[in-house]
Amino acid sequence: MQTILYIFPELFLSLSIMIILMVGVFIKKSFKLVNLLTITTLIFTTALVLNQNNETVKIFNDSYIIDSFSILMKTITLLFCILVLFSSKEYVKINNIDKIEYPIIILTSVLGMILMISSYDLIVFYLGLELQSLSLYILASFKRENEKSTEAGLKYFVLSALATGLLLYGSSLIYGFTGSTNFEIISQNLDANNIGAVFGIVFIIIGLAFKVSAVPFHMWTPDVYEGAPTSVTSFFAIVPKIAAIAVFIRFMYVPFLNVIEQWQTIIIFISIASMILGATAAIGQKNIKRLMAYSSIGHMGYALAGLAPGTNDGIQSTIIYLIIYLVMNLGAFGCIFMMKRENIFCENINDLSGMSKNHPILALSFLIILFSLAGIPPLAGFFAKFYIFMAVIKSEMYILAILGLLTTVISAFYYLRIIKIIYFDKPKKPFELNYDWGLKISLILSSVFLLIYFIYPSILVNLISSIKII
Amino acid sequence: MIEIGLGHYLTLSAIIFCIGIVGIFLNRRNVIIILMSIELILLSVNINLVSFSIFLQDLAGQIFTMFILTVAAAEAAVGLAIIVIYYKNKGSINVEQISSLKG
Repeated sequence: MQTILYIFPELFLSLSIMIILMVGVFIKKSFKLVNLLTITTLIFTTALVLNQNNETVKIFNDSYIIDSFSILMKTITLLFCILVLFSSKEYVKINNIDKIEYPIIILTSVLGMILMISSYDLIVFYLGLELQSLSLYILASFKRENEKSTEAGLKYFVLSALATGLLLYGSSLIYGFTGSTNFEIISQNLDANNIGAVFGIVFIIIGLAFKVSAVPFHMWTPDVYEGAPTSVTSFFAIVPKIAAIAVFIRFMYVPFLNVIEQWQTIIIFISIASMILGATAAIGQKNIKRLMAYSSIGHMGYALAGLAPGTNDGIQSTIIYLIIYLVMNLGAFGCIFMMKRENIFCENINDLSGMSKNHPILALSFLIILFSLAGIPPLAGFFAKFYIFMAVIKSEMYILAILGLLTTVISAFYYLRIIKIIYFDKPKKPFELNYDWGLKISLILSSVFLLIYFIYPSILVNLISSIKII
Repeated sequence: MIEIGLGHYLTLSAIIFCIGIVGIFLNRRNVIIILMSIELILLSVNINLVSFSIFLQDLAGQIFTMFILTVAAAEAAVGLAIIVIYYKNKGSINVEQISSLKG
């Protein structure tokens, strides 16, 4: 009975999903009610997660773990999911994707992410991952009368299923050569002479790199970001990344910690490759969603750089980077949601031209977000990169740090190009200004956070520094 | 007669796995073939898990296999549904024609 209490948030979430599904099926035209119930459920689940003790507990034969790391990651997932739902409300209504399935599928994918974050066993991890990915396939192709959206869904399905297959093959090798699916027993039985298990680690890293969209497994990201409806793109860019990075950290630093020499080079390679591709491929883009996709590939490269040193500092800097990156992305997508003329949402970068004349405040907050994405001090994005490079330099990986700094400079080019278009190009027709309050609040919150972070950076640092994985 | 051991099973599953991977990348005709290749990859994982489970005298591998079988069924259902709506929009599921998104 005691163990049931520890998974109370998950139980509450899954029961609520079933109840909301029933409400949606039996009451006609109930999208508004379902959406409200979804947000309420997410808020209550956040409260239940926060209510748990910070002590480490392992339940169900050590296959499920509740510790301060998983509580933090779950809280961030749920909070950002609420904010994404708030900010995309208007878009969903105008684009006719306000069907009851939409919020319910988002809830099931969040349930999958929460299970993934807490998993401490290969089987539980696989089930959480599949619950999340199956929901995401449906979300990507949600606008089913639109050719682009269905194509995005198809591409995401094929590549993601392939990545899951590779990950499972890796899991089967790990199970076979270490004799258990439990993370702790795997870490005890693993050593570098165990060639089969090292193969398994490589396959698992490939699968995980696909989930965080790191190079060379990024092919799906630009297509899916461009094709999917913008509300889904903003969800894709924000929420699944948290779970993916959390699982990455858990895998690298619990079961695979003993063989760090074997995977360190792989992480350094995918991190450098993502940084370079994210910086160069985004330069010629015309579609802002596609540009955000390449920018997210680059940012994931920086986040992964924090995992290479194998120290607690590195992990903590990755978590801080992730949080600040999420806030920046939330703001950027808030601005994209505001690009609306006569009920059509614009996606081209040229549609932004001269926006500062018509909408000075929106242009200013876009400026803050883009400067922060480029990593210009004193905005929060600079501090995020600073912590990562400090951790990398401390463990004497100078090449990684130098290449990271160089790619930051290159990537600043395309962010500054958007700012130039907003401030110095000829003004076009103004956007419509009837935004709803959810979008306004999430945009204001993210811009203010990015702007005033430098006054008191130790709040976030102190919060994160209590988390120790190793 | 040769004794069939763990190594034979692992080789078999590695061969099926490679057929699945190659099937995804070399196929230029039909999306359904990709779906079949994904199914092959998952089945090779199952062979791996079951043979390891017998070899290690540990039931966890067979339980894992059961989970993979059920999830693979769900995945095939979702995948076929996506292919159907794609076909409704485009009128074809030729792999070479899936190219309206690029850049």
